[in-house]
Amino acid sequence: MGETITFWILAVVSVSAALGLVFSRKAVYSALMLGVVMLSLAVLYAVQDAPFLAAVQIIVYTGAVMMLFLFVLMLVGVDSADSLVETIKGQRVWAAIAGLGFAFLLALGVGNATFAAPTGLAKATEAAGGNVPSLAHLIFTRYVFAFEVTSALLITAALGAMVLAHRERIRPKATQRDLARARFTGPQPSPLPGPGTYALHNAIDMPALLPDGTVADKSINRVLARHEMEGGFTPTDPVKAALIKQVLERDAAQDRDSDSGDEPVQAEDAAPRQEDGK
Amino acid sequence: MEPAEIIQHSGGVIGVSWLMVALPLLGAAILLLFGRRTDRWGHLLGVAMSLGAFAVAVAAFVQLLGLPEAQRRQGVRLYEFIPGLADMGLLIDPLSISFALLITGVGSLIHIYSIGYMSHDPGRRRFFAYLNLFVAAMLLLVLADNYVVLFVGWEGVGLASYLLIGFWQFKPTAAAAAKKAFIVNRVGDFGLLIAIFTIWTTFGSVAFNELTGGAVDGAISSGDASQGTITAVGLLLLLGACGKSAQLPLQSWLLDAMEGPTPVSALIHAATMVTAGVYLVVRSGAFFEAAPTAQLVVTIVGVATLLAGAIIGCAKDDIKKGLAGSTMSQIGYMMLGAGLGPVGYAFAIAHLIAHGFFKANMFLGAGSVMHAMNDEVDMRKYGGLFSVMKVTAATFMIGYLAIIGFPLLSGYFTKDGIIETAMEHNQILGWLAVVGAGITGFYMSRMVFMTFFGKRRWADDAHPHESPSVMTVPLILLSIGSVFLGAFLILDNRLMRFLAPAVGLPEHLPGFHPFSVPGLTTLALVAVGVVYAWFRYGAAEVPRLAPRGSFLTTFARRDLYGDALNEALFMRPGQWLARFAVFFDNRGIDGLVNGLAAGIGGTSGRLRRIQTGYVRSYALSILFGAAVVVGALLYVGNM
Amino acid sequence: MTTHYLVLSALLFAIGAIGVLVRRNAIVVFMCVELMLNACNLAFVTFARQQGNLDGQIIAFFVMVVAAAEVVIGLAIIVMIFRTRRSASVDDANLLKY
Repeated sequence: MGETITFWILAVVSVSAALGLVFSRKAVYSALMLGVVMLSLAVLYAVQDAPFLAAVQIIVYTGAVMMLFLFVLMLVGVDSADSLVETIKGQRVWAAIAGLGFAFLLALGVGNATFAAPTGLAKATEAAGGNVPSLAHLIFTRYVFAFEVTSALLITAALGAMVLAHRERIRPKATQRDLARARFTGPQPSPLPGPGTYALHNAIDMPALLPDGTVADKSINRVLARHEMEGGFTPTDPVKAALIKQVLERDAAQDRDSDSGDEPVQAEDAAPRQEDGK
Repeated sequence: MEPAEIIQHSGGVIGVSWLMVALPLLGAAILLLFGRRTDRWGHLLGVAMSLGAFAVAVAAFVQLLGLPEAQRRQGVRLYEFIPGLADMGLLIDPLSISFALLITGVGSLIHIYSIGYMSHDPGRRRFFAYLNLFVAAMLLLVLADNYVVLFVGWEGVGLASYLLIGFWQFKPTAAAAAKKAFIVNRVGDFGLLIAIFTIWTTFGSVAFNELTGGAVDGAISSGDASQGTITAVGLLLLLGACGKSAQLPLQSWLLDAMEGPTPVSALIHAATMVTAGVYLVVRSGAFFEAAPTAQLVVTIVGVATLLAGAIIGCAKDDIKKGLAGSTMSQIGYMMLGAGLGPVGYAFAIAHLIAHGFFKANMFLGAGSVMHAMNDEVDMRKYGGLFSVMKVTAATFMIGYLAIIGFPLLSGYFTKDGIIETAMEHNQILGWLAVVGAGITGFYMSRMVFMTFFGKRRWADDAHPHESPSVMTVPLILLSIGSVFLGAFLILDNRLMRFLAPAVGLPEHLPGFHPFSVPGLTTLALVAVGVVYAWFRYGAAEVPRLAPRGSFLTTFARRDLYGDALNEALFMRPGQWLARFAVFFDNRGIDGLVNGLAAGIGGTSGRLRRIQTGYVRSYALSILFGAAVVVGALLYVGNM
Repeated sequence: MTTHYLVLSALLFAIGAIGVLVRRNAIVVFMCVELMLNACNLAFVTFARQQGNLDGQIIAFFVMVVAAAEVVIGLAIIVMIFRTRRSASVDDANLLKY
């Protein structure tokens, strides 16, 4: 009875979370939804006499893999939302048909089968004295070869990840002297004005005000400004709203990377991309 | 009397008679292989080779005369040509030596004449090379001692005629005429070839000395050869002869062959080529004598051609085409004679030799006239040339009188002999031949009157003049032959007795009856023709443009619609067939192949669109595949 | 109960598959793949209990290991692509086509 209640709760949660994973516009939400699904499944594993797998699910999947996902998301840009316009003709319709048809077929197959009551693992784990020792016994006896191969796979994967993520330095590392020169030959020797300076609120979404009271456009946080525009949160101050709009338009018109040249660290990116553009 | 046995040669000039063929062949080889280096003296070499062959022929002739009649068929075996089939061998007998003398003699005169005629032509050396080749091939044809070697010469003649008719190949008409001659001759060649095959399979030999009348009769009586086979052989040989001799129905190439230089026309018409058919029929006498049907067909073809040629000759304004028509007609007489057995053979050969002289004479005369008139060939633009070129006119007139059968000139004796023999054989054929003689009188007179008499209708820039002596001397020599040869050959049956070892001798030698009914009628009709021609073309004004003419004139002008018939029967169906084949090839075969290729290409072009490069599309198809697998598994599991 | 677990597994798998087909963000696509793997794992664990046999759990364990390796490599590739193309959309990487 307890298992049934647990199952139904977790089934609803995990399916809803899975749907949320597929249909949320933002990748971060998707990642969180996936975490929910994984945790639900971990509980289900535990319910089904698989405590070791439940732990591994939480530690490896929810702990490590999900963190990796989130890291990459941060790297790629957490603030961007996917466009929901489908570009491949008929992809969604056919995807729905194929996916639902597949689920229907599987469910049909499962539904047609009649299962006896589960045998349970008590007997199987009895000899070794518990789930984890039994698994260990199996892994190091019958599946030892697969296990060793898996270790090779993991090492290869680690090496592969390093090779793939490694970036060849094609110009000398910028020294402090170089950075200082770049800064003073650039358009802005001084640091950008911090947000909220001379403003009524000292918050990050508040632009700095110049001594005459007008908004300093360089202090507008573009990420937040875009967020506000897309979220429909128009600033109450009409001057600030106009300015934000103006800044965003200018950004859109400009090459997205032209202002990244201000930062010497990112300048390295420019070289491979230009090659790519040719 | 039956023909004599062929014996191996007894040495002397006959032993080296192969020089007759070899000398002109060598000349042709030198002139063609050494090319432009021989330009300056090439024509002299050509003449020398031709004269050399003539000298050998004369020497062989003299040696032959010195032998007793029974030894006058001398075989000269050179080497094995096709093992088991034929040797390369020559046969020197009265028949072949007569032809050889005509070919080399008249041929040499034509060679000499050509020096003058072609003096301004840049291709003179090549021209002489072809002339030599022509003479060599023709000599090989007449001297061969079996059908296979004869066929080699036969084809050589065809080749040389093609090269010479198309000598001015930059003229599309000349190129077309050469092709026409070649193709029409090919039809005849097939006839000859199949005849040779049949002879070989029936008798197991192609050598003349094994294909005697006795052998043919023996094969018939022993059942080796049916009468039908012999008739078929005769008719096939006749087909071959028709091709080379321009007899109906293969006459169409002859008139077009006038596109070649005039000496070529003279050579083809007088000494070589067209006489080959007559030679073949006479040489194959054994078959024809055993096949009366074939003989009858030969005479019918001869008569039909002699009338057709005469009618065509009446309407031609082109002097060379007029002469070509007359050649057709005269060869028709020879064919008629050749179809009449041993008596006819002698008259046919006599007429052939005489014709060789007077026709060469007239052709070269016509060439001389053209030479003087800036290569104008339309007789309506001649007239009154007698006073300007007396030698040419006189020799031409002698040839003219000889051909119409003016008493005591060559043609009188030879043609009369054929007519008399035909009369004995078949009255209808005889009288038709008489009518032909009358028409000959008309059209030849028309030619002479239009050319040498009447008003001058010259073009404004024409300044006629007598030709150089290198051209006139051959004319004079030929005209002498035209005058006396007939009487020499016919009187006392001299040629008939000479030829006897080769073709046999009739039991009753025909006498010469100058005052027989056919003879007198012939003379009368010829006279009527001449007088009528005088009134039409001598006394009356000749319009410079050809009048429209009656239906009959048009009929004759258009070569009795022979070309139209050929076009309708063979050319157009051939073209349709070719067009259909092209259409079928383009649309059918190419269409199938190209369509298949295009279909595959198009399908591939569409199929490759599946490779969009979008991973998600691929994933979709993978999922579909997985769904299908699951469905199949369920289906199989539920069965 | 086995049927329930299996149907849940099928549903999660199908949802993951639809996600792979519908989403363009490479990272989200990857997450959907993980979802499908997890659905499979659920089925394995369920069958293990149904059969009274630990092999299903062992397989699930190996799936997790392989999935971890795959995630590492996959994400490295995504990062690399993003670094050169400034885009994480799977549709942008479509040069290998007709």
